[in-house]
Amino acid sequence: MLFDLRDVTASRGGHVILRAVNLDLEEGATVVVGPSGSGKSTLLRLLNRLGDPDAGEVRFRGRPLADHDVLRLRREVALVPQLPALVEGTVADNVELGARLAGQSTDVDRALALAGLDPSFAPRLADGLSVGEQQRVMLARALALEPSVLLLDEPTSALDERTRAAVEATLVRLAAELEISLVVVTHDPAQARRLARRTITVDGGRVA
Amino acid sequence: MTGPIDVSLWEVAAALVLVAVAVGASVWQGAALESDIGVAVLRAFVQLTAVGYGIDLLFDQDSVALVLGLVAVMVLLGAFTARHRARAVPGAFWPILVALALAASATLGLMIALGVFEPKPRYLVPVAGIVIGNAMTAAAVALNRLGDEVTRSRREIEATLALGATAAQAARPLLRRSLRSGLIPLVDQTKTTGLITFPGIMVGMLLGGADPVDAVRLQLVILYTLLGAVSLSALIAMSLAYRNFFTPAHQLREVGGE
Repeated sequence: MLFDLRDVTASRGGHVILRAVNLDLEEGATVVVGPSGSGKSTLLRLLNRLGDPDAGEVRFRGRPLADHDVLRLRREVALVPQLPALVEGTVADNVELGARLAGQSTDVDRALALAGLDPSFAPRLADGLSVGEQQRVMLARALALEPSVLLLDEPTSALDERTRAAVEATLVRLAAELEISLVVVTHDPAQARRLARRTITVDGGRVA
Repeated sequence: MTGPIDVSLWEVAAALVLVAVAVGASVWQGAALESDIGVAVLRAFVQLTAVGYGIDLLFDQDSVALVLGLVAVMVLLGAFTARHRARAVPGAFWPILVALALAASATLGLMIALGVFEPKPRYLVPVAGIVIGNAMTAAAVALNRLGDEVTRSRREIEATLALGATAAQAARPLLRRSLRSGLIPLVDQTKTTGLITFPGIMVGMLLGGADPVDAVRLQLVILYTLLGAVSLSALIAMSLAYRNFFTPAHQLREVGGE
């Protein structure tokens, strides 16, 4: 089992977002679908411990999250946030960031290629990129950590239809080519069907 | 005035003519500041007179222990004041207190060790006042900026944490910007000193009849000391305070902490 959540209650900004959630997420690709404010993003944040539940327990591959080294966990379970948040500098600076923080080196070109970007992007300045390109750099940055799980929060919400289709194709290819599990959060049921066989619906803080 | 440093009460009272100008301006423009000006004038008189007698007593006693006690009180009051200005930073009091105490003791200790000042109340009290005052402002400005930066950059901080960064690594760009904010006022002031403003110690010494070259040299010593003190103060306050924005599990706390 990739993740299992037992009686998880979680809040953000003083509001209870998830209520007594029980959930099993298997290895492979899973899409969590639900309307805005339903608790999808909060659920994703729990999986790599950007947040902790108020009550209940989250386990990763059978061990409680609190028993994992949190920094190693976040490199193993990499999260790509909904909105791009790149640091100042070049695309390469950004792609290398996670590995550099851990004192390791990384193959920038490979990470860019995996995210569907040409190596010629490496020396470009991050703040000159389109939103779609930034989103892909965020993806490359996460892939550079060589994670075994990728958490994606609304990976195409800021993109036009053509770019969205390209990103979706990249994700499907990643799941097939790399031995990587995906947990994708989306508000779009059609996208959920395109991306994965397994779909979990969250609504009003509960798993439907 | 009989001598350069002998000021009679009559002369102080004469300076009130210029307070009348301020009151006149307020009345003329309807600024309604007359009573505030009155309170300010009275408070300045009472507070400074009390401080004057206090310092007189301190100089007479010539006790280093008494000076250290006074410095401790200044550090404490400075930390309370700066904490109010850095309200966006959770638990800011202790970081500021430690920062002021270390900045004051390190800089004053070094000045004494280098033989710049004798360890006497006459030198220690005013210099400690200037050092702590500036260190307090720098710490408050730096922490205030840090609070703003954390609020504004939540997305960037969490995105960096999500890559396995420690809280220290995620906060580093913010600390860099906040330190700049804390130091720039004094750096700018030091650059323009003597061109735009005449610093207080120099003015005081010149009015007191000191040799201008001595006055300038002492002012330089103070300015250089202050640069060290404010850097230390801002750096220590930020290095201790940023942790309060994060949990031990390298998570960004929600609304500025506990």
